[in-house]
Amino acid sequence: MTSAATPMAPVPYRVTGRRDETTDTVTLTLEPVERPIPTPLPGQFTMMYAFGVGEVPISVSRIGPHPRDGSTPGPVLEQTVRAVGAVTGAICGTRPGQVVGLRGPFGVGWEVDAARGRDLVLAAGGIGLAPLRPVLLRALSEPDAFGRVALLIGARTPADLLFTSELDEWRARGAQIEVTVDRPSPGWDGRVGLITALVPVADVDPGRAVAFLCGPEVMMRVTAEALTGRGIRDADVRLSLERNMRCGLGWCGHCQLGPLLVCRDGPVVPYTRAAPLMTVREL
Amino acid sequence: MTTMELAGLGPLHDALRDAGYTVIGPTVRDDAIVLTELESIDRLPHGWGVRLAPGGYRLRRRDDEAAFAHAAGPQSWKPFLHRSRVKLWEADRTGDGFEVREEPHPPARLALLGVRPCDLRAIAVQDRVLTGGRHVDPSYAARRSDAFIIAVNCTEPGGTCFCVSMGTGPQAGPGYDLALTELVGDEGVRYVVDAGTQAGSDMMDAIGAGPAASGDVERARAEVAAAAGRMGRTMPPVDLHDLMAGTLDAARWDEVTERCLSCGNCTMVCPTCFCTTVTDTTDLTGDHAERWQVWDSCFDPGFSHLHGGDVRASPRSRYRQWLTHKLGTWHDQFGSSGCVGCGRCIVWCPVGIDLTEEAAALHAEAASTDR
Ligand SMILES: Cc1cc2nc3c(=O)[nH]c(=O)nc-3n(C[C@H](O)[C@H](O)[C@H](O)COP(=O)(O)OP(=O)(O)OC[C@H]3O[C@@H](n4cnc5c(N)ncnc54)[C@H](O)[C@@H]3O)c2cc1C
Ligand code: SF4
Ligand code: SF4
Repeated sequence: MTSAATPMAPVPYRVTGRRDETTDTVTLTLEPVERPIPTPLPGQFTMMYAFGVGEVPISVSRIGPHPRDGSTPGPVLEQTVRAVGAVTGAICGTRPGQVVGLRGPFGVGWEVDAARGRDLVLAAGGIGLAPLRPVLLRALSEPDAFGRVALLIGARTPADLLFTSELDEWRARGAQIEVTVDRPSPGWDGRVGLITALVPVADVDPGRAVAFLCGPEVMMRVTAEALTGRGIRDADVRLSLERNMRCGLGWCGHCQLGPLLVCRDGPVVPYTRAAPLMTVREL
Repeated sequence: MTTMELAGLGPLHDALRDAGYTVIGPTVRDDAIVLTELESIDRLPHGWGVRLAPGGYRLRRRDDEAAFAHAAGPQSWKPFLHRSRVKLWEADRTGDGFEVREEPHPPARLALLGVRPCDLRAIAVQDRVLTGGRHVDPSYAARRSDAFIIAVNCTEPGGTCFCVSMGTGPQAGPGYDLALTELVGDEGVRYVVDAGTQAGSDMMDAIGAGPAASGDVERARAEVAAAAGRMGRTMPPVDLHDLMAGTLDAARWDEVTERCLSCGNCTMVCPTCFCTTVTDTTDLTGDHAERWQVWDSCFDPGFSHLHGGDVRASPRSRYRQWLTHKLGTWHDQFGSSGCVGCGRCIVWCPVGIDLTEEAAALHAEAASTDR
């Protein structure tokens, strides 16, 4: 039996593409070996397994396309992984042709459909751009369904920017893209400083905008404050939280954040729900 | 509902075994009353009681032959339903990938004999966590679905018990197949029995139990009611969920942290604590991998590990997580309290930290800062 009957067993996916984003971050293209997992929604994550090493939560960074020729039984997925430890290191080290395991998809994603007809602000810190990419791609593929789209990106250095090969295409398809770095490198002529400095230049109407944020918690906190300061309603801001996760199924207890089980009630939660929790140290 | 009477538990034990059940119940081992498979009903701890105190557990001889007059022991029923180590699957490398084989979870037929009301509620609490959400834990479900539960109404609370505060005892709530009340007299012990399910009444019919004498039924009710007045501990009479939610910055957490060793004993003995982690291993060839699910504790610093550090790095934040989860956020997550008032965490804490005392101190602190 190769297919899994419960949500406990990893489903084999073949790595069919691999792109180095930065020195420590890789985007893998994944196709089901036999049976696909149910199609993820933007903002959902999988538990990604490196054979014999372990399993960690990783967001999907692209969903589809679903090959028309039926050459794979499910949509092609992309996941973008930063090597920070044993498991992510092993995942980043996989080569095309090799197989990883996926369980899921898990969690609550971005409310993309609720954002239809609205302006969209996407604010990403570091690897936080990965879970926002499917939202951007959805909005760009249905330009009539959404208003203006502003993508605000903060990275440590220019060398840490993700998806650089796609930024121009996204701009050409109508997205406003603003980038800032903490530390410039020689030749960088873009902005330097906090991502909050990009909030005033986002070309959206705050009264009709929805904002999705993903990045380190401090970054999300100050960015949410800046966005609501510009007049976006608290209730229209959502962010994606990170906690330790061992199961993704709501059983292991590791992803608690006060009243939340982040794997079940998140990772995407309303800012109004997260704000009081993010200010308590070591919650 | 008819109330029946049994002169002894031998016939019930036999009938359960004949029906294919493995009977689990209390017995004396290593100076404690532990739960184990009872091959013979004679292994019940007749004539044993316990003395319970913060950080202290002592067996004592009773001057009667009661089998269930001993409050909560070191174990709950948790190890039998939510096992401490469960193999989830194994996988082997194939030419260019791997093949996963899930571990089967064959249904178990467990009869749990002597489930105290607090522990009966604890089973319901774990049911909600492990089987009440979107995903059902197959290992737990396989052991839980067919379990036959024989509760025992409590007539002998211990010095660390507070089921009355938590609304879980001393009368067993719903969820049992049979509920016993033990009556002790000069002529030995006998049991007034309520059937809570059809399976329970069928079992009583099978062993030919007769109706209970009305005097015995009244005496049983009276003894359970009297037990409610003999709780060793109480919780402050406030909404504990709200108390916990408003108390995250309390000074009391610093005080309790001076005593707490972060050993995690409280989480291991607690009948509702459910947290687990997984371990992924390979054999020497590297071609065979396994994943096991094992109990974990929120007192382990690595429990909240993220790249960049542990979220709850300080012991203070870990004790706070434990208590505020038990009494507070459990309601938000699973719709009930995570504490059933069994008192185990008080007894088995090596330094005798008492959550009722901590809750009272937090309440006093909140009340004084409100003024
Ligand atoms: C919802 C969600 C989405 C995410 N999406 C992405 C994404 O798209 N891309 C990305 O790069 N990252 C993502 N992450 C972060 C990613 O999961 C972590 O970087 C990853 O878990 C690190 O694992 P590691 O083995 O490489 O690193 P390590 O830091 O070595 O941790 C290994 C694992 O072992 C466990 N562990 C480590 N030390 C201990 C200990 N002392 N005790 C107990 N357990 C321990 C932890 O649970 C940890 O997950 C996401 C996280 C979440 C929660
Ligand atoms: S927290 Fe303590 S008293 Fe409450 S159920 Fe757990 S072990 Fe029993
Ligand atoms: S409260 Fe007691 S049992 Fe629990 S971790 Fe602290 S010292 Fe150990």
